[in-house]
Amino acid sequence: MDENDIIERRACISGVGQSAIGRRLFRDPLELTLDGCLAAIEHAGLTTDDIDGISTYPGPMGTPAGFSGAGAYDVMDALRLQCGWYASGLETSGQLGSVVNACLAVASGLATHVLCFRSVYEGSAQGEKGGRAAVMPGGGGGGGGGFKASGFMQWNLPFSAPSAAIWIAMFAQRHFYEYGTTREQLAWIALNARRNAELNPNAIYRDPMSMDDYMAARMISSPFCLYDCDIPCDGATAVIVSRRDAAKDLRNPPLRVEAVGVRIDGRPSWDQFDDLSTMANRGAGKQLWERTEYKPADVQMAQLYDGFSWITMSWLEALGLCGIGESGPFIEGGERIKRDGVLPVNTHGGQLSAGRLHGYGFLHEGATQMWGQGGDRQIPTPPEVGIVAAGGGNTCGALLLVRE
Amino acid sequence: MTDVEETATPFRILPKLTDNNRDFWTGGARDELRFWRCQDCGYYIHPPQPLCPIDHSKHLKTEAVSGRATLASFSVNHQPWMPGPELPYIVAIVEIIEQPSVRLTTNLVNCPIDEAHIDMELRVTFEHHPDPDGDIYIPLFEPGE
Repeated sequence: MDENDIIERRACISGVGQSAIGRRLFRDPLELTLDGCLAAIEHAGLTTDDIDGISTYPGPMGTPAGFSGAGAYDVMDALRLQCGWYASGLETSGQLGSVVNACLAVASGLATHVLCFRSVYEGSAQGEKGGRAAVMPGGGGGGGGGFKASGFMQWNLPFSAPSAAIWIAMFAQRHFYEYGTTREQLAWIALNARRNAELNPNAIYRDPMSMDDYMAARMISSPFCLYDCDIPCDGATAVIVSRRDAAKDLRNPPLRVEAVGVRIDGRPSWDQFDDLSTMANRGAGKQLWERTEYKPADVQMAQLYDGFSWITMSWLEALGLCGIGESGPFIEGGERIKRDGVLPVNTHGGQLSAGRLHGYGFLHEGATQMWGQGGDRQIPTPPEVGIVAAGGGNTCGALLLVRE
Repeated sequence: MTDVEETATPFRILPKLTDNNRDFWTGGARDELRFWRCQDCGYYIHPPQPLCPIDHSKHLKTEAVSGRATLASFSVNHQPWMPGPELPYIVAIVEIIEQPSVRLTTNLVNCPIDEAHIDMELRVTFEHHPDPDGDIYIPLFEPGE
């Protein structure tokens, strides 16, 4: 493949920003969204007049409650943005699919600086004391009143399987069966996240967690216990995707989008996917490495989605950062993946401890680390090459970033 | 095949019946697990769709399969997400023996929790839910050949 064909390289990440983040903030979700967006624009050294594109995941959605704090039009209008290109949508390669779309937009010349954002208020939406946990888009219902399941949820709801916790648990169980993976290994995703969150002032849960704490937690859906499940929260994350030739003199060194991985090779389904020990990330990982001369061994940092802990293990394998089936031994003991280990993972605490900012939190953290702006939790040597991946099941996407 | 009626039938959200899914959700009235099948190439199609994904034929009919399956994976669910079976209950993905690429998310029933294991042989059993829009027979699976 000719380098000129890999047009995502014409794009870079030039700034990131976040709103206040909390378990339950009870703030206007649009206000949080705009706070995050303005923070990212300023961080890049731009103004709203420079922004000529907007991209978001998933776009406006009423259910599940709190799943989407604002749509593209909301932000475009509130900031009076003049956009050469804009898009939102759920059916893409994970939450970062919206960032990939922005890369293609700037590479094509339809826009120069694209504001990308993801906004959630699932914490507040569950009410004062918490409530029914979010179920996947297309779900809902919840009983009685003559509600009938249709579409793809008819294949889950009648069996009392409304949550991605159960669906992903069955992938994890299959992985345990095929490769001998254990809960003691899985635990290290949660324990590593928590020890990193202790150093992140914006994380939701920062108290130390031990293996005993983990093993004593109540089960949700085997093999997942409470600490294998991410934390609904409120907050908005934004990133600026710029055309590289327009980002040379901005505030931060451009993080070149060296390659993206967005492919699905298999049925776009959770339970009909051919191999239940992996997910759509299998294709995304292969595609990413087909588009670059870099190798997995070059990666100095990995920010890998942990909506449920096992998803991080699955991404480690799908991206070739360890062998297929070898993620259990790879993470066991937590030495390799610690902040000053050979492959730091989820240095902000992941969604497990820093809150379910839904994919974009990993990109925010990856960029922050590569720019050396991580404060107390900074990786000792800011990575030059980092990988960021988000999503699970049938919706997975990854970015390989290189600091210029 | 037996009807699971010894204990109280649990609350379940029922599917909305359509022409495409009716045979699947009502076949249990005759103890039949039915799927759409391409009448040209023999491929079983699930979930229902208007044509065969293999040869694009629209010559499709529903046919009963044996009801035998193997357990591809499962999770013992402890979390009360919604009204439903008594906790904990087992959510399973099963593969039908006629064509393992056809999977169902379902529940493993009549099986002690600690005896569930991947690759175990299963057979279908139906849970009857009377409903004014048409009775539903939810296909569950239990150990057996």
